[in-house]
Amino acid sequence: MTDTSTAQTAPKRSLARTLELDTRLLGMIGAFAVVCIVFNILTGGQFLTPRNIFNLTIQTVSVAIMATGMVFIIVTRHIDLSVGSVLATCSAVMAMTQTVVLPETLGFGLGNPLTPWVTILVGLIVGAIIGGFHGWLVGYMGIPAFIVTLGGLLVWRNAGWYITNGQTIGPLDPTFQTFGGIGGTLGATGSWIFAALATAAAVGTLFSARRNKVAHGQTPKPFWAEASLAGLIAAGIFGFVALLNAYEVPSRVLEREFSARGETMPEGFTASYGLPISVLLLIAVAVIMTIVARRTRLGRYIFATGGNPDAAELSGINTRMLTVKVFAIMGVLCALSAVVASARLSFHSNDIGTLDELRVIAAAVIGGTALSGGLGTIHGAILGALIMQSLQSGMAMVGVDAPFQNIVVGAVLVIAVLIDIIYRKRTGGKG
Amino acid sequence: MTPLVEMKEISISFGGVQAVDRVSIDLYPGEVVGLLGHNGAGKSTLIKILSGAYKADSGEIRINGKPVKIESPRDARDNSIETIYQTLALADNLDATANLFLGREIVTATGMLNDAKMESETRKIMARLNPNFRKLQEPVSALSGGQRQSVAIARAVYFNARILIMDEPTAALGVHETQMVAELIQELKAQGLGIFLISHDTREMMELCDRVSVMKNGQLIDTCRVEDVTEDDILSMIIMGKKPEKAA
Repeated sequence: MTDTSTAQTAPKRSLARTLELDTRLLGMIGAFAVVCIVFNILTGGQFLTPRNIFNLTIQTVSVAIMATGMVFIIVTRHIDLSVGSVLATCSAVMAMTQTVVLPETLGFGLGNPLTPWVTILVGLIVGAIIGGFHGWLVGYMGIPAFIVTLGGLLVWRNAGWYITNGQTIGPLDPTFQTFGGIGGTLGATGSWIFAALATAAAVGTLFSARRNKVAHGQTPKPFWAEASLAGLIAAGIFGFVALLNAYEVPSRVLEREFSARGETMPEGFTASYGLPISVLLLIAVAVIMTIVARRTRLGRYIFATGGNPDAAELSGINTRMLTVKVFAIMGVLCALSAVVASARLSFHSNDIGTLDELRVIAAAVIGGTALSGGLGTIHGAILGALIMQSLQSGMAMVGVDAPFQNIVVGAVLVIAVLIDIIYRKRTGGKG
Repeated sequence: MTPLVEMKEISISFGGVQAVDRVSIDLYPGEVVGLLGHNGAGKSTLIKILSGAYKADSGEIRINGKPVKIESPRDARDNSIETIYQTLALADNLDATANLFLGREIVTATGMLNDAKMESETRKIMARLNPNFRKLQEPVSALSGGQRQSVAIARAVYFNARILIMDEPTAALGVHETQMVAELIQELKAQGLGIFLISHDTREMMELCDRVSVMKNGQLIDTCRVEDVTEDDILSMIIMGKKPEKAA
């Protein structure tokens, strides 16, 4: 037991290892880049325009928000087939709350500033209750999640229908609509400020983690690696914001805004959309979910339960309650997505969120969440959602026939999982 | 001296099968008691009642003479009972640190996991138990059988257990690692821990244990001091359920 020399002389590590980068993530970013470049060529440069990137991000938000929750569900070896329908029910409840219940039944009147916030709160509570109920049926009653949520798929789709009598409800509250995308953006200055704050927060987190490591006598990665990672993050954030800021509001829209205020637009006036509020919401969800996954007991227990449910139980983890929590989180995220999706449409329609369950599951799985449980990342799922949406809208731009679009998306899902299986075999089962 | 653990008249049945039938065993501080018997004799079931994985239908458990209720693994831990399961009960996708602290994580003032602190604690205890252990950041699925065993043992030892349950601790180990476990058992015993040991290896049990309890078909055949019996006596108890004729 004295051969301490062997492992301490560390072998020369590869660049990716020194930077502690996730090679799988790099592969996905590479795949995403390929998709973007190919479509950009096929569309003659139309795909990678600020305008299209802006649209792509706001189209991705709703599915991406739910995909982060689906990661937890799949990591704990469950599935949720009902998310599109839960979204519809939450959307229906919120549509009725803001157009009928609050203004008329409770006498808030139209345009009350409290309306959108009370509405969102009601939606989130309904989502949490539906999700928690699913979790209770799965965790405490022992019904497989597949069955509970397959039932939920039918129940909540039609509960939403019943609540609204099948009618399209709208227009929604103007403030509520700002969560939809193009109707609510930060503008150029606000977006730059956000970029600066986000960079500061990211770099600060990076270096405080480094300090903590040093404080406990561990060797952190080399300083140059840490610094270049920080540089990469800053470049990514500012690059993204610069792209969105390059998308300018069409002058006729600006003219309309000025004339609505009774002013005339100055010659040569321009304005950028900047960061949509819905994207900010997604970023907030991503940060919170990542913190939950990595830095809290709840997240640790979610992954432990997914890796070995018996071991988790024997470690004193209440896996039943954990199931309720995981599904309740999913429900809350469905409600958030319902806010974004209905706000983007500016009304609630019966078929809102139809087939979203499949998009969400596909996003999580393409993003590296293993259906066998225990493995998955939040950023992976979001990237998965982005890849799916890019494929879909890219094909639409190229003019691929609708049936072929879905055939390609389906095939990509299967191939992505196949590549993942091969990758995991090569790297010895590690995520 | 008060026994550390007394399990009295413990019974449990699963769907009409009497897995454990009015079994009483006890354990004193600084003592190793071995549980022997065929597969299905009820020894693992009995021990899982003590570790909180199963709840007995009837019977009483006393710790230091005081009756206690053990209805979950958490209750067992609260009574300083730690278990090393035969399956090791490790979450394979997590690293050694996460497994060691599973269910008892160290958190910062803001309630976040203090991974750096937990990792350095893991480093310390592993340095004591298995000096060659270095893969602290790999998922435990990437570890060898012996290393995985070290993680499971570290988890039981780190939290100052007074009562340790070891279910087949050496079944998956090589000669050298088995020797390490035997040394560890002696060390823990010297510290005053009481240890229940389950094994199929009669010879190993004769070496490691102070007393052995033999079970067959859910019933306790007898409990003997190892110096009073031969290996053959124990084997005939296991196989035929026959008590040794004690030299009066």
